[in-house]
Order: sequence, then structure tokens, then C-alpha cells
Amino acid sequence: MKIHEYQGKQLFAKAGVATPRGIVARTPDEAAAAFTQLGGPIAVVKSQIHAGGRGKGRFKEQPEQPGVKVVKSADEARENAKRMLGNTLVTIQTGPEGKQVNTIYVEGGLNIARELYLAVIVDREAGSPVVIMSSEGGVEIEHVAKVSPEKILKEPFHAGYGLQPYQARRLAYQLGLSGTAVTSAQSFLPKFCRFFVESDCSMAEVNPLVITAEGELVALDAKVTFDDNAMFRHKDFAELRDLSEENEFEVRAGKAGLSYVKLDGNIGCLVNGAGLAMSTMDLIKLHGGEPANFLDVGGGANVQQVTEAFSIILADKHVKAVLVNIFGGIMKCDTIVTALLSAYDTVGFTVPLVVRLEGTNVEIARKMLADSGRKIIAATDLTDAAQKVVATLKA
Amino acid sequence: MSILVDKNTRVICQGITGKTGLFHSQQCRAYGTPFFGGVTPGKGGTEVDGFPVFDSVDEAVRKTGANCSLIFVPPGGCGDAILEAAAAGITLIVAITEGVPVLDMVRTADVLATRFPKSRLIGPNCPGIITPGIAKIGIMPGYIHKPGPVGLVSKSGTLTYEAAWQLGNVGLGQSTAIGIGGDPIIGTNFIDCLTLFEADPNTEAMLMIGEIGGNAEITAAEFIKAHIKKPVAAFIAGQTAPPGKRMGHAGAIISGGSGTAEEKIAALEAAGVVVSRSPADMGKALVEAIARKKAR
Repeated sequence: MKIHEYQGKQLFAKAGVATPRGIVARTPDEAAAAFTQLGGPIAVVKSQIHAGGRGKGRFKEQPEQPGVKVVKSADEARENAKRMLGNTLVTIQTGPEGKQVNTIYVEGGLNIARELYLAVIVDREAGSPVVIMSSEGGVEIEHVAKVSPEKILKEPFHAGYGLQPYQARRLAYQLGLSGTAVTSAQSFLPKFCRFFVESDCSMAEVNPLVITAEGELVALDAKVTFDDNAMFRHKDFAELRDLSEENEFEVRAGKAGLSYVKLDGNIGCLVNGAGLAMSTMDLIKLHGGEPANFLDVGGGANVQQVTEAFSIILADKHVKAVLVNIFGGIMKCDTIVTALLSAYDTVGFTVPLVVRLEGTNVEIARKMLADSGRKIIAATDLTDAAQKVVATLKA
Repeated sequence: MSILVDKNTRVICQGITGKTGLFHSQQCRAYGTPFFGGVTPGKGGTEVDGFPVFDSVDEAVRKTGANCSLIFVPPGGCGDAILEAAAAGITLIVAITEGVPVLDMVRTADVLATRFPKSRLIGPNCPGIITPGIAKIGIMPGYIHKPGPVGLVSKSGTLTYEAAWQLGNVGLGQSTAIGIGGDPIIGTNFIDCLTLFEADPNTEAMLMIGEIGGNAEITAAEFIKAHIKKPVAAFIAGQTAPPGKRMGHAGAIISGGSGTAEEKIAALEAAGVVVSRSPADMGKALVEAIARKKAR
């Protein structure tokens, strides 16, 4: 689960991680009032969307307006907010469709001496969380990793004991910090790591992490993603979720216990198991088609789930055919077919449906399909299924 | 004749009084797996469908001589259940549970490695392990796995069944089939399994099924190049997956441009592995891998 920058900073502040002073605004007047309240000669007006690259991003409706803007008066804050709110921001990470800005964050200016990069993730190979830092702040870290990998520092730390002060100092010295900045890092970095662990983050990124002229580390950005599997013990985070940032079908699928990801193609797929679902997409592509989605109905798919899965797939107007690929193990093929037929009638299929079944009770299931009287195309194996579903588009 | 599981394996189930735990314990018993009961704290002394229930793994080990535990407890308690099993001296822990928080597994794996190095964990979020004809410890349909010479190791559940079925179609069974799980932090990885299969006299070839995300397949490819003499075939799921999106499995995500199927396929091919581009050709790829080795 992703959250907005301003929400991340509010959590940082609670964890003792330094952030600039800031105020949330949902109208242009609120933005102007926020500027006045912050009381500085300058402030930064920042669009809140779940994507990076906002500073370089531009609005569809306001091609000159950047997603982040430094302003010098309350009026200027109001005018910028007016051009941002309700409009669609397109950045390198949003894709061409962009994302609508509903909230802005007005932040006080800082006296910036240096910009660094900071992130914590779980390193699979090391089996531990790891701090990633770079002297190259404010730019795409993937770019730094490609062009000058030696500038990326990694410090794994123990999830139970947290980042030790000596580790923070080591990072600070490697980054060329000195004086009060080292002392600040020794306090800032362990707190940041503790926040990561205690909140069950899967990623916490600050880009840029600034060092002020006074030698203090301050999180100028906050990109936080939580581990969905751990949200059962962070009930208070549920209110941070912004459904308008998520694909409506992915939200619906989640509610039904389905795993769904929307793609750009026109062949819908319904599969049991994540690995087989991914492979089914690959198979479609291999035979000249384009998958419209990833959809795993899981191991215990029932009538309700299959019905919801079909209606989600068919709600995508690009879908011109559907492929069902089931390897019945413990979940018997005939049970799946009963659910399929019921869902088929409930949903009202208007596009071709190709079904490939294999596994437990497959003979009974195939006969049920053949005798069902519905216009369902049966496939004998994976390749046959892919060829048949692609052929329906050409017919 | 197999790896990790043989006729001396004695299994119990943690979470046996839950619906899923009981169902699969029954299925394993019906397959012929030596199954001795289960554990649910607070329900010790009772019985479910002929299985004795114990309060702790420790008690179950003392009373049944169990050396293997199959775990079905809910995600929040899975890490704890794994450590309880390890502390009781269980040497093979198979965690089926899906949805375990990543940081729980970080802590659990750390304690396992430092305190209980003799306990091997398979999973979590996996279908389990089967030595066809001997023992099934997991949720896979037993009948699709025939005894034979192929060591099968996979991150995925249904794709493993698909592979076992395709192997059956080309007349090949398995020595042992292991689902290692689709989570970012898992107990047993590809290299562990490849090492065991290489040393197993009854395994003649290996089929490895990976997916996008992480670099376990890349390190496995390097390992194969350096240490594996037996023929290896592979398939990598997710060639068409978009970056940044989690494809069902918590670990199946392409991040920062790495963990793609292409780079994994290239690394495996460079290591002499026959990689099937289509999920329909996994069985054929293995046959080709065996033929190529023979031709040398």
C-alpha cells in the first residue's frame, strides 16, 4: 500500500524523523492561508499523487505548470494551487494518462547545503533490511545505479537491533559529511530505520534528503510503501489509503480475494495460481495476442469469486475474448466448471470464451462443458488454448 | 532415491484443527505419508479424525518422534510456529501459509540461521514437497507426480503441477518435487535444491521453474555453470509482466528495471540450461536438456 508524501511526513514526524514544516491544502484559499501561516519568505507548493517525478511533471490542462513550485507570496501559492487542484499531472512515473491532483502540500523553505539520496528496503539476498544512500540526491536513483554504481552505498542492518550509530557514522563519512551533519546523521538514520521496521514498510525513500546550511538532515520528500501482508497489525494505516490513486478494478478484485492487475491488451484471463497466471499471459503473447490482465482466482475459487472475476474482466471495454486456464489439483475441475457455468450465465458473456482444463476430474468437467449448451470453446492443452483464443480475434 | 523426504520422515501438522490444516493432513495421510497428528495450542489431548492433537510441537516430538512439520497457521503466527518447530528439534519445516509479513520472515530466518542451523525451512507461501510414492508433505495433488528421475524445483504452485503433468506426458517422473515459495524471503532456495539434487544418485536431471523479481534465478544460473553436471531445463514466468506491479506472489515484482524474465533467461542460457520460452514446453525442454548432455 502506497501513501502520499504528506502522510509519510506526518508519520516521520511522529517517529522523530526531521521534516520541513508543512500544511495540507485542498483549496487555493487554504494554500494561500498555509503560506501566510508558515510565515517564510518562500514556500513550496507540492502536488500530492502516488508517483515520483512531480517537479519535472506538467499538467494536461496547464502545460506550463509544474507539479512542484517554489512561491514567494500567498497570492502566488493560491494561483499555483488553482492550476494544480482538480487537474491531471503527468510525470515520468504516471504514464501518459497522468493522475488527478486532489490535495496539495505547502511546505516552508529550507536553507539547503546538499542533497542526498536515502532509502530503506528489504534485501532478499541478504535476508535483512538495508539502507541505501547516495551523494547524488534529487535525481533518479536507477540512473545513478546505471551510470555510477560506485556512488551507491549499502548498509544492511539487523531488523531486531536496528541501525547502530557506528553504521550511521560510517555512511556519513562515506558521503563526505562532517561536523554537526555527522551528529545529525547519527540520530536521523537509526530513527528512520526504526520507523521502517516498526511500520512494516516494504520501502521508505527520501529523495532528496537534504543537509541544511546549519548541518541538519531533513527529509524533503517521503515515499512510503507498506507491506500489504502486515497491514492486519496496523489498523490505523487503513485510513491513509487513497482509493482514488488505485485502479478501481484492482480494488474490487482485492475485496473479492482475487489477485488482479490490469494490462493493456484485449484478451482477458482467469487462471488459478500466480505462477500459472503469469505464464498464461506469456503464452498469449507468444502466440501473437496481448493479455488484458493478470488474474489469479486462488486455490479455493467459489461461484462468487469466479462471477466477480468474470465481471471485472468484462468491465474492461478492451477485452475482446477471454481465456480460462485451470489446473485442477485439490480444487477439482468439475467444481470449477460448476462455478464457471453459473458465472457465465450471471455475467452474460458477449465475447468468445476459451476454456482449458487439466487435472483432477478433468473428464467429468470436459463433458459438463460440452453438454452445457453454452458457446464455450474447449481447448485440449496450453498451446491449443492460446491459438484458439488468438484466432477468435482474427475471425 | 530422493531428497529431504524419505521413508523415515515422520510428519505432524501445526494448525491441524483449522479447516485447511485438517483437510490437507487427511490428504497427506491418504497418500501414504507417515503422519502422526498435529499441534494446536490449547487443544492438546483431543483428537480430530483420528489424529492426536498436542499443545506444543515439543510435546508432539516427544510423543510421536516427529521430525517434520507441515504448517498451516495464519500469517501473523507463522514465523512463531516455524521457530517453535525448530526449537523442538524438527529438522524439516514446511510452511504453506500465504501472506506472512516480510519482516517476520527476516526475523525468523535470522533466528533459524543463528540458533537452529539443523532445521531446514521450505516456504512459506509454497505448495510443499513430495517424493512420489513415498511421502507427500504439502497441498499438491499427489497423483500427478509419478516416481522418476527428475528433480523438480519451483517458486509456484499450479505451475509445478503443470510441469509435473507435462513431465508425465513425456514419460518422466520425479525423484522429488519441491515448491520453494513465491515470497521475497524463503527458507530454501534454488541453489540449496540444485545442490541436493546433484548429490542424489536417483536424480538424473533437473527442472527449475522461476519467475520475475529478485535475482535468485541469476545466482542459480552462476551456480549451475560452476557446480552442476546433470542436465538442467528451466522456465521463467512473467515475460510479459509490467514493471512495478506485484503479480500475485509477494516476490514477483520487477523493481528498478531488474528482476526481469529476459535477464534471467539470458543468464540461465549462458549457463547451458535449456530454457523453455513457452509454459507449454517445459517437459520438452527437459527432454532436450537430457539429449544435449548425452550428445557431448
